[in-house]
Amino acid sequence: MKALRQPSVLPGFGLTIGFTTFFLSAVVLLPLAALILMTASMSWHDFLRVILDPRALGSYRLSFGASLLAASINLVFGFVIAWTLVRYEFPGRKIIDALIDMPFALPTAVSGIALTTVFAQNGWIGRYLEPFGIKVAYTWIGVTVALTLIGMPFVVRSVQPALQEVQRDLEDAAETLGAGRLYVFRRIILPTVLPALLTGFTLAFARAVGEYGSVIFISGNLPMRTEITPLLIVIKLEEFDYHGAAALGFVMLVISFVMLLTINLLQAWGRRRLVATGR
Amino acid sequence: MSANALSVIGEISTRPGRDTLVGAVVRWMFITVSLLFLAALLFAPLATVIVMALAKGFGAYFASFHDPDTGAAIRLTLITALVVVPINTIFGLCAAWAIAKFEFQGKSFLITLIDLPLAVSPVISGMIYVLLFGLQGWFGSWLQERNISIIFALPGIILATMFVTFPYVARELIPLMQQVGNDEEEAAITLGAGGWLTFFRITLPKVRWGLLYGIILTNARAMGEFGAVSVVSGHIRGLTNTMPLHIEILYNEYNFVGAFAVASLLMLLAVATLVVKTLVERTGYRRRR
Repeated sequence: MKALRQPSVLPGFGLTIGFTTFFLSAVVLLPLAALILMTASMSWHDFLRVILDPRALGSYRLSFGASLLAASINLVFGFVIAWTLVRYEFPGRKIIDALIDMPFALPTAVSGIALTTVFAQNGWIGRYLEPFGIKVAYTWIGVTVALTLIGMPFVVRSVQPALQEVQRDLEDAAETLGAGRLYVFRRIILPTVLPALLTGFTLAFARAVGEYGSVIFISGNLPMRTEITPLLIVIKLEEFDYHGAAALGFVMLVISFVMLLTINLLQAWGRRRLVATGR
Repeated sequence: MSANALSVIGEISTRPGRDTLVGAVVRWMFITVSLLFLAALLFAPLATVIVMALAKGFGAYFASFHDPDTGAAIRLTLITALVVVPINTIFGLCAAWAIAKFEFQGKSFLITLIDLPLAVSPVISGMIYVLLFGLQGWFGSWLQERNISIIFALPGIILATMFVTFPYVARELIPLMQQVGNDEEEAAITLGAGGWLTFFRITLPKVRWGLLYGIILTNARAMGEFGAVSVVSGHIRGLTNTMPLHIEILYNEYNFVGAFAVASLLMLLAVATLVVKTLVERTGYRRRR
C-alpha cells in the first residue's frame, strides 16, 4: 500500500475508500456492466441490424443534429449572456445571473410541458411564428428549442469565469495602441475564453444528446421524423426488446465516453494555455 | 492637438463600452439580445407554469391537489427523496474524505467514475436496472420465483434515482475540501483527537455550506428526475407514479390545471434550490464546475 498511497496522519482512508469503491461498484459500475454484457451477448449481425435500422438512423440524425445545432446556438448566445452578466451593470442583473441555473434545477418534465405550451400554435410565442409558417412544437425545431434551453447554463457557467480572467489592462493597452473593437475581441478576448467556450459547447452537446424529459413533450414523437434516440430505447424496453434497447444504449454510452474524454482534453488544453501565457 | 486634449481622448478610449457612443450601442445590444433570448426560452415557460396552473382560478388550483393520485405521487416522491438523499450524502462525505484528504494512485480515475452518471442519458440510467432486474433481465426469473419486485416498484425507482443523483454531494465537497486543506485536521489528530471527533468538530463545520448545497441539489434532482424513473416505474397510477411522471399523465389527459399545478410545486422546489445556492455562494464559498 505504501507505493499506492502517500503516508498521512489522518485516519479513515481504508473505511472511506472501501465504502466509496463498494458503493460506486454496486450502484454505478455493475449495472453499467450489465448493459455492456447484454450487448456483448448479441451476435454481430443482430447488433448491427439494430443499430443500423433506418428508424435508429433517423433517431441519431435528429438527436445528434438537433443537439449540435442547440449547442451551436448556445455557443453564440451563451457567450453574449455571459459577456452581458460579467461586463455590464443593469437593473436585475443579479436575479438573472441566479436564474441562469434554472434549466439545471428545474425538473425536465416541467420545462417540457411549459415549452410545449409556449411554442404551440396558440401559445405565447407560437402564435406569432404561425403566420410565417414556422411550426415549433411537434417538429425538429421544437426539439432544438428544448435542447437549447437545457444546454444554456453549461455554456454560460463555463464562459463566465473565463471572461472574468481576461485582463482588462491588456484590452486597454490594445485600444490605446489603435486596435479596433473587433481586433481586440479576436486577438485578446477570444483566445482567453476559447477553451471555456469549447468546454461549455461539449458539455451542452453531451447533455442534449441524452436528454429525454424536456424533449418528448415538444417533439411529437413521430418515427423517423421527430423521434429521439432515448425515446426509441424506451419504446424497445416497453416492447421487452432488452437486447435492442441495450444495443442502442451501448452506442449512446460509447458516444458519451468520447465526449467525456474530449471535455477532459479540452480542460487540460485550457490549463496549459493559461500556464503558457504566464498566468 | 494639445497634450491636454490627447489625454482626454486617451481616457475615453481606455474605457470602451462605457463612455463612447459605439460602446453604449454595443452595451445596449448585448443586454437586449441576452434578455430577449432568456425571455423566450426561460422566462416565458416559467410564467406559463403559473398562468396555466391558475387558469381556472385558485379554487381549481388547490382542488387539483385533492386528487388521490396526485397525493400518492407527492408521497412517493417524498419517500424516494427521503431514502436517496441521506444515502448519497453519506456516500458523498466518504468519497470526499478519501479523495480530498489523501494522495493515492488512480485518484483522478476514481473521480471520473464518480462523475459517470452525469454523462449518461437518464434513459440509460433507468435501463441498466431493467436489464438487471426486469422480467427478462439477468436476475429477472430469480426474483420472480421469490416474488420480489424491483422494477415497476419502489426499489427500482429508488435505485434509478440514486444513480442519477449519485455524484452531486461528492462533486460539491471534493473541491471545497481540497481548498480548505488538511492542516487543522492534522493538528487535531496529533493532539490526540479521534477520527470521528475531528470529522464532526473540524471538517464538517468547514464545509457545511458546500454540503448544504450538495444536499439541496441532490434533493432537487431526486424529486424532479423523469427519464430514469420513467423507465423503471411502469407508470401505475397512484402506485408507482412520482410527481414528474404524474405530470406527464395529467398533461396527456389534457388535465392542464392538474399537470401545471403539480409542475408549479416542482418549480417552487427549483426556485428554493437556486435561493439556497445564491445564499451559500454569498458566504464566500465559490462554486467550481
